Amino acid sequence: MTMQFDLVSPERSLASLETQAVDIPGSEGDMTAMPDHAALMTTLKPGIVRVRNGEDSGEFIVTGGFVEITENGVIVLAETAYRRGEFTEEIFVELVSVAEGALEGMEGGSRDLAEKRLAETRSLRSLLTD
Amino acid sequence: MPSLKDLKLRIESVKSTRKITRAMQMVAAAKLRRAQEAAENSRPYSERMNAVVANLARSVVGTDSAPRVLAGTGRDNSHLLITATAERGLCGNFNSSIVRLVRSQARELLAEGKTVKIMTIGKKGREQLRREFEGHLISHVGLAGMRSIEYRMVQRIGADLLASFDREEFDQATLFFSRFKSVITQVPTALQLVPVPVDNPMDEDAGHGRFYEYEPDEQELLVELLPRAITNQIYAALLENAASEQGARMSAMDNATRNAGDMIDKLTIVYNRSRQAAITKELIEIISGAEAL
Repeated sequence: MTMQFDLVSPERSLASLETQAVDIPGSEGDMTAMPDHAALMTTLKPGIVRVRNGEDSGEFIVTGGFVEITENGVIVLAETAYRRGEFTEEIFVELVSVAEGALEGMEGGSRDLAEKRLAETRSLRSLLTD
Repeated sequence: MPSLKDLKLRIESVKSTRKITRAMQMVAAAKLRRAQEAAENSRPYSERMNAVVANLARSVVGTDSAPRVLAGTGRDNSHLLITATAERGLCGNFNSSIVRLVRSQARELLAEGKTVKIMTIGKKGREQLRREFEGHLISHVGLAGMRSIEYRMVQRIGADLLASFDREEFDQATLFFSRFKSVITQVPTALQLVPVPVDNPMDEDAGHGRFYEYEPDEQELLVELLPRAITNQIYAALLENAASEQGARMSAMDNATRNAGDMIDKLTIVYNRSRQAAITKELIEIISGAEAL
């Protein structure tokens, strides 16, 4: 059984295919969506979206955005997204500097959030393809 | 009566002008295609985003917990007019039609005694507004050297906008840009950004009947999504503006090329006529000279 999977960023559409399962880095915890999932909407944290489709799997690095899950499909609206192979040191460094920049002038609750985001962005280092 | 040589030079100069305008037209056509593609690519994201935000917004609007970006400040004193124009001219009335709309809006607001602040994106708008609204211009984003509208740049604009809203620097923000209808028609448009307009909760369209679980809950999600939705609207508007600019430039340059052609025809007729006149005159002189002998 398969479901429709779409990954779009504001600049382009990265994927639109049939798949069996998708791993999603939700801001409240990672999850896997399979066909007939309950309708759910969640925000994303920086992490990896993995499309699992037997042999034919794909991995995408996202930095945030949100996901809409319905019984027959998953739509990921990513703020920025890269295919695993495209994710270079250069991009990583830039993402970290953007996250650092967001810390400036922040206080209280929103500063905590920005710090969390920075830490999550830093953790993307392990996904670098070299 | 200009001399033959002058006419010849004139024709040559109009010819090279025509070459330039024709080249510009072709460049604009290529850029237009790219701009339209970019606008098309952003559409799926935009559509989903708007649908989701509209859905969420409807459920909290009117309640006390509605975020301020949605509910507004409750005042209507200070207006931010964001003017998106092109960085370059030679595109017909593209820039001035947007500026005209901003100007009339600004005058109206000022007449009502409201505070008007103007933010400009693109050099041309700033240049045209400077004369009348010098004191009202608060910030400017240039587009020089940018080959396409980058989402990252728009993110910065969006973040600045929201930060300034949080500092209560304005109550309402409106974005002015040109909607792309076709290569020959672009419509200057005003789009309200803040507070985020919510459509009538009465007209539920299909697909919204589904119940979602939200993680985090609806309000938190909305607080996260609204800034993104605003950024996205600016992005979509700028993309459309870029397409409009190229469309306007294309038709302006097409006109210019045609006009240059007409002018060359006219000048060539004048040239030929004066050449013949000169020849006739010379002949008469020779003949009357011969007769006198």
